Amino acid sequence: MKKIVVRIALLVALVSLLLSACAQPAAPTQPAQEEKPFRVAVVMPSTITDLAFSQSFFEALKKVQEEEGGPSKFEIAYSEGMFNVPDAAAAIRDYASQGYDLVIAHGSQYGTSLSQIAPDFPETAFAWGTSLDTFQAQGINNVYAYQAESQEGGYVLGTIAALMSKSGVLGVCGPVNAGDAKLFVDGFVAGAKNARPDIQVNVTFTGSFSDVSLMASAAETHIAAGADMLTGSSQSVVGAIGVAKDKGAYWFGTQWEQTPVGPETVVATQVFDWTIVIRDMVKSVRAGVLGGKAYTLTFKNGGLKLVYNDKVPVPDDIKAKAQETINGIMNGTIDPLSGPKQ
Amino acid sequence: MAELFTLPVLLGIIYSGIRLATPYLYAAIGETFAQRSGVLNLGVDGIMLMGAYTGFYIAMKTGNLFFGLLGAAAAGLLMGLLMSIVSVSLQAEQGISGIGLNLFGLGLSTLLFKVTLGGVESIRGFQPIRIPLLGQIPYLGDIFFNHNLLVYGAFLLVPLANFVLNKTTFGLKVRAVGQNPQAADTLGVNVTLIRYTTVCLGGILAGIAGASLSLALINLFQENMTSGMGFIAVALVYFGGWRPWGVMGGALLFSFVNALQLWVQVKGINIPSDIAVMMPYILTIIALTLSGRRARQPQALTKPFERGEN
Repeated sequence: MKKIVVRIALLVALVSLLLSACAQPAAPTQPAQEEKPFRVAVVMPSTITDLAFSQSFFEALKKVQEEEGGPSKFEIAYSEGMFNVPDAAAAIRDYASQGYDLVIAHGSQYGTSLSQIAPDFPETAFAWGTSLDTFQAQGINNVYAYQAESQEGGYVLGTIAALMSKSGVLGVCGPVNAGDAKLFVDGFVAGAKNARPDIQVNVTFTGSFSDVSLMASAAETHIAAGADMLTGSSQSVVGAIGVAKDKGAYWFGTQWEQTPVGPETVVATQVFDWTIVIRDMVKSVRAGVLGGKAYTLTFKNGGLKLVYNDKVPVPDDIKAKAQETINGIMNGTIDPLSGPKQ
Repeated sequence: MAELFTLPVLLGIIYSGIRLATPYLYAAIGETFAQRSGVLNLGVDGIMLMGAYTGFYIAMKTGNLFFGLLGAAAAGLLMGLLMSIVSVSLQAEQGISGIGLNLFGLGLSTLLFKVTLGGVESIRGFQPIRIPLLGQIPYLGDIFFNHNLLVYGAFLLVPLANFVLNKTTFGLKVRAVGQNPQAADTLGVNVTLIRYTTVCLGGILAGIAGASLSLALINLFQENMTSGMGFIAVALVYFGGWRPWGVMGGALLFSFVNALQLWVQVKGINIPSDIAVMMPYILTIIALTLSGRRARQPQALTKPFERGEN
């Protein structure tokens, strides 16, 4: 009997200790009730500070929130770190049943779940990406889709990297060979080869969006194989940027500005600006249209931006060539997955 | 295939393999102690994350890597203590409580990371130290004797752990407790104390394993940065037949194949990347099935000890 009492006491002590250790996450601030705000909820695989996919979207949401007049007019709820799809699906369903005006599933891995959830909430607008499939073929009319044409920035960065490389070898640290990462990598390789036919581009994939350690090893391997310019995609590239910094190689980023990890290592980044997509979706939802449209981010519509890091000098002629390439992509004379059209 | 078997590539594989093996070695050697005393701790990954976070945070704030390392060890110790209370004193199902501990470490390190750091930052971690004389040997000096402190530490830990387990009274007690705790108890060995000690030691080493990532190999912290390494470490203990040298063999095999698969991709050898990425795991499973070392498993593994029960 005494033993049981001791055990229960220990258990109680332990649980209370754990509970006190886990601080309550800040609840979203409740807006004033007099005017009904527009309510957006987003579910994201990584964190809003991942310097990549999730952060690019969250920063755009915050920008739109500011334009709309702050949290009292435009409410944002988010769930981050949802790498587990069933958890994400539960969160999506939860937000929908709480009456959010627009529920966004920010990850192509959430698509199947979303196509099952959306029909249960015909009054709610949903969105997901990156994809171009709004599920209209399945008779679903309340889903928007969005995608970044990452190959465009990939092509331009590949061009710059090839022209800057002294060793003639480039290294691409890919996560999973699918979706946004595949578009970016394919564009980068095409851009490099067109800018400099003798360039060698080595490509690796780690099979994971989050394995920082293997990504670091991939970067090490690329550098050992002679690469002096590296690129990669996903939130796991921070490991690779660290290696590039240590070994004096340069890095080309995508999705979000990665300069903080390597202030003198990151040469240029393709930055996603999702505000145009979010603005239009909000406008449409307010007008009563709940889905059925697919958006893309391109250089032409301003959704993609090339951002240089001032601390790493890029020769003017290479910058000029990059701008020429962007113009070519915008006016359609360059196909970012193959090269100049004849 | 021929382009893989050139000297620079082979040297590159060995160099990366040694670095990659480092976190696995710390974590798996620590887990070996716990398992030899009869406690299966599946929370290694969560402990590694706590160690990686704590080490990074302290090193960043104090500017001293050694303080960071100590902090990581302390965080590991606390997590080990927690596991001991739950699995030894409270006699909870070890597998389940270990998974719980893992999730706790994952959640808490992510929360602390977001509250205190907010985003990814990097620091200058432990730098490679070239060992005098040995480091001058052509080729071998570069790949074996030009690593950072934590890499050397991991490989020195192996003979040390082997000595402690097999040649000291403490090691004898650990093995006795893992084989037959009732018998050990009647001979006056404090089973609970031994298990607390080994699980806490395992925690400290798992904490250092995490720090080896955040302070020496990757030099930053990101949520879930171990991405399941702790579970591989647990598998390596089985793989190595609960012996430090065996664990080292397993860790090196796994890491060399991982380094090899990256080179396979870099060299553009026509294997789909998905297959290449799977190589180390497939090989580990094959080796695990072929090794047939179940006989070496501590008899009392996963069994809680209650005095007077049998």
